[in-house]
Amino acid sequence: MTLLQAQNLTAHYGASQALFDVNLTLAPGEVLALMGRNGMGKTTTVKSICRMVAAQGTLRLDGHDLTRLPSHKVAKLGVGLVPEGRRCFADLTVSENLIAAARPGAWDETRVGALFPRLAERRGQIARSLSGGEQQMLAIGRALMTNPRLLILDEATEGLAPLVRQEIWDAIARLKRETGMAILIVDKSLAELRGVCDRAVILDRGRDVWTGVMDALDGEAAQRLLGV
Amino acid sequence: MGGVMRRELWVNAALWLGLICVPLWAHWAGEPFTITLATRAVIFAVAAVGLNIALGLGGLVSLGHAAFFGIGGYAMGILAFHAQNYQPLFEWPFVFEGSQSMPLIWVVAFAVSGLCAFVIGLLALRTSGVYFIMITLAFGQMFYFFSISWAAYGGEDGMLIYVRNGFPGLNTLDPIQFYGLCFAVLSAALLVQARLARSPFGLALNAARQVPERVRAVGLDPVRLRLLAFTLSGAITGLAGALFADLNRFVSPSMFSWQLSGEFIVFIIIGGTARLFGPVVGAMVFVGLEHLLGGLSEYWHVWFGALLLGIVLFGQGGVIGMIAGKARAHD
Repeated sequence: MTLLQAQNLTAHYGASQALFDVNLTLAPGEVLALMGRNGMGKTTTVKSICRMVAAQGTLRLDGHDLTRLPSHKVAKLGVGLVPEGRRCFADLTVSENLIAAARPGAWDETRVGALFPRLAERRGQIARSLSGGEQQMLAIGRALMTNPRLLILDEATEGLAPLVRQEIWDAIARLKRETGMAILIVDKSLAELRGVCDRAVILDRGRDVWTGVMDALDGEAAQRLLGV
Repeated sequence: MGGVMRRELWVNAALWLGLICVPLWAHWAGEPFTITLATRAVIFAVAAVGLNIALGLGGLVSLGHAAFFGIGGYAMGILAFHAQNYQPLFEWPFVFEGSQSMPLIWVVAFAVSGLCAFVIGLLALRTSGVYFIMITLAFGQMFYFFSISWAAYGGEDGMLIYVRNGFPGLNTLDPIQFYGLCFAVLSAALLVQARLARSPFGLALNAARQVPERVRAVGLDPVRLRLLAFTLSGAITGLAGALFADLNRFVSPSMFSWQLSGEFIVFIIIGGTARLFGPVVGAMVFVGLEHLLGGLSEYWHVWFGALLLGIVLFGQGGVIGMIAGKARAHD
């Protein structure tokens, strides 16, 4: 059974083509890593799935065609995006950020607070005064408040201190273990990705050049395709 | 609750109580004209509270809100005009001879101006920034020139309503009772804004003002949020227009003027953008200065402009911000 199906995705920025027939699928409860060096099309792929970038090809979520939907309707269908660069609603408190995004479902403020106790302690604090790590937790919490079937994390640990990064990876592992939510993770931390992801897709210059289970990604392929 | 919020709450409570005391003081001091001035300020405050929902919460700088003020005014004028002249407003499917009942007039003014705001919003919200300002200004001017050419309802001269409309159980010709009605409407409008700002809708609207693309990412349509806010905003401003027409017992195209739209924005800036009582303070300062300085010189707007300049340059939270401290947004 497939939750997300992206086939032959192509996307352009003006005259410049960013994606060339990218394919990826995600089953319910599966955690997929989307990897690649900088500028290889990872964020464009994510934005194409969320309809923030116009892309051609097949794009289905649980059978629903996403290609003609505006981005807010894709989110309503159950795609929760944690965007690159966090960008919380800076003038709202932690609690207000979560309430503004809330949709009916199992995730509420209490549950987000249990996942990220730091946020629970700072419910009344203005988002712009949070640390980078706390803002990232808030961005994840905000996406969870939409009660998604598919959570997309775009560079969720980028630029964070090692301890905070570990907290976020622990939270992702807990989401996988306790919720069975499908998760698509864009990140460069191969070691941590190996810990939580079932499969991986590697992009190179806008093309999917490697797809397989995480354990099959050997050192040679990682060195050649990711430079690590 | 933060210190700024607590201080602002006290300031708001003091202002609200102050508005209750104004007619009592005026009555005691034998200054009945002060009640009329205060009524004018309260009605302007209602109009600006309406605009503050669009501008303060939604970031929509509308330079055409006088259109809704005028629509509310003309809703009152047309209903009362037909009632006082015993001329049916329409005869099919039933004969309706207008009305001089304030509750009915308020409902019509609220509904018609809200409907117009919805239609204007549908078109105007396709744009943003300076284009939004210009398109709202254009709609305002369309209504202005239409009212000038509408000979059936007085054209450029406007319409006189001989007797103030009635409210069940009250003598609306008594200035204090009419002030009380307007004050009750203002209190209700403030309550709506306060509840709205804390509701999921208000928070999402605020978020859409900050980062619209992130609001889409959580499944909300910023245009729909803004349209709802703009509609409610126009409806409340229209209600203020009906009250204003009743205060003066006169309706004219000047209610649609773009200068009035600008003044509503100025009320909000003076009082404090997105601050609950900002429009109230702004309207009070404007009406007060208009009365005090207007008697000294017809060029009193020069001094008013200097005050506005001072607030924009040195007190961006407006008067409320200067007293209660800077808020988290807009300041």
